[in-house]
Amino acid sequence: MLTKRIIACLDVHAGRVVKGVQFVDLIDAGDPATQAARHAREGADEIVLLDITATHEGRATLLDTVRRTAKELFVPFCVGGGIRSARDAEQVFEAGADKVSINSAALADPELISAIGASFGAQAVVVAIDARRDPAAADPVREAQVFVSGGRKPAGRRVVEWAREAEQRGAGEILLTSMDCDGTRNGFDCDLTAAVSEAVSIPVIASGGAGTVAHFADVFARGRADAALAASIFHFGVSSARSLKEELAQSGVPVRLPC
Amino acid sequence: MRVTVIDYKAGNLTSVLKTLRHLGAETIVTDGDLSLVESAERIVLPGVGHFAATSRLDETGMTGAIRAAIARGVPYLGICVGMQWLFAGSTEAPEQPGLGQFTEQCTRFPEGKEKVPHVGWNSLEVRPGSKLLAGVGAGEFVYFTHAYKAPVTADTAASTFYIEPFASAVERGNVMGVQFHPEKSGETGLKVLRNFLQGEGL
Repeated sequence: MLTKRIIACLDVHAGRVVKGVQFVDLIDAGDPATQAARHAREGADEIVLLDITATHEGRATLLDTVRRTAKELFVPFCVGGGIRSARDAEQVFEAGADKVSINSAALADPELISAIGASFGAQAVVVAIDARRDPAAADPVREAQVFVSGGRKPAGRRVVEWAREAEQRGAGEILLTSMDCDGTRNGFDCDLTAAVSEAVSIPVIASGGAGTVAHFADVFARGRADAALAASIFHFGVSSARSLKEELAQSGVPVRLPC
Repeated sequence: MRVTVIDYKAGNLTSVLKTLRHLGAETIVTDGDLSLVESAERIVLPGVGHFAATSRLDETGMTGAIRAAIARGVPYLGICVGMQWLFAGSTEAPEQPGLGQFTEQCTRFPEGKEKVPHVGWNSLEVRPGSKLLAGVGAGEFVYFTHAYKAPVTADTAASTFYIEPFASAVERGNVMGVQFHPEKSGETGLKVLRNFLQGEGL
């Protein structure tokens, strides 16, 4: 049976893992390679490394971090942040990533999705969407808005429609982050995740808001997520992926165990 | 041990090479030097992406060289599209023939019931006697990402269920293939690659 994936996310700034609340207030959470290896050992099904403050000058740091992290990692490894061109993606793949996550650059140039897919396969292209509900809208979920540049600027696109376009252009997966929920540990945005998951046939990874085991069970059932991503829940020893999955298994969620 | 890895410009070889080296293999990569296939001790054909990309193997003469190597008894492991290529072909690219070691066709998962592609960790039902999957227990998980799949036949070494049963590994003598990505499948994947590199009778 296909299992639900628990993905450990490492937000990286200047070569270090950091964690913020609603995209601000960063706290140091260790070395990316060490953290990735630990998460894989402790049962994470996949590792995502996001360079959250990617700059042109930071590129060499990112590639070096990717290389070191990938070296002894034998689970899928996705890297995002600052990938603006097919050439950028190629360098990240050569450094050892299996997938790249693209966000602002895909909105600025949607053909980037198919360009990377043509060389590396659709499975290697994850389109990341930073989403915020539109409280003023008649339907805050259906009309949720896409944000770019690390959540700083509205993109003028609706989340569900952009997800569908990304799929049509050849994205392999959607990584959906709720900015409303991110860092709050109050639970995922299940309604928004379900709306996106039902609109596309590719996997949807839910992100933002993980705090308890019940939140994960909820986003898999009600949110129809194929995978869920968590960062802060793991970083400070709150829980390991394995203990999370053991509890999920008890509540009937199919997960990879033993792991 | 030495492994010749075939590059047909259909994606990223880094993970496969890194994992083979981690297991102590010396890797030789070629995208057209047939002598490296002629002298190969073991052959790995990785693959992600589209079945049509295998046309490059015909254009470079690799297809014939690999066929000859297999006939000589050189162990061959195809990964993902590299496994599907062992079949007669795939409906993903009907005009592009496969190697034809297995006579069946690869087909797309039926739409409607579940998401296609099949992405994530799923379990193996291993047939007894597989050399490639020696030591892999019932229900061990491996990582998949694919929309096309091979049918379950007498040559199936392991099957997996997604929408319907499909062949997640094939094996006939020195010809082996896995639909999953052993280089991304944790300890189980490493075990499979170690079997291919060092296994009894391989």
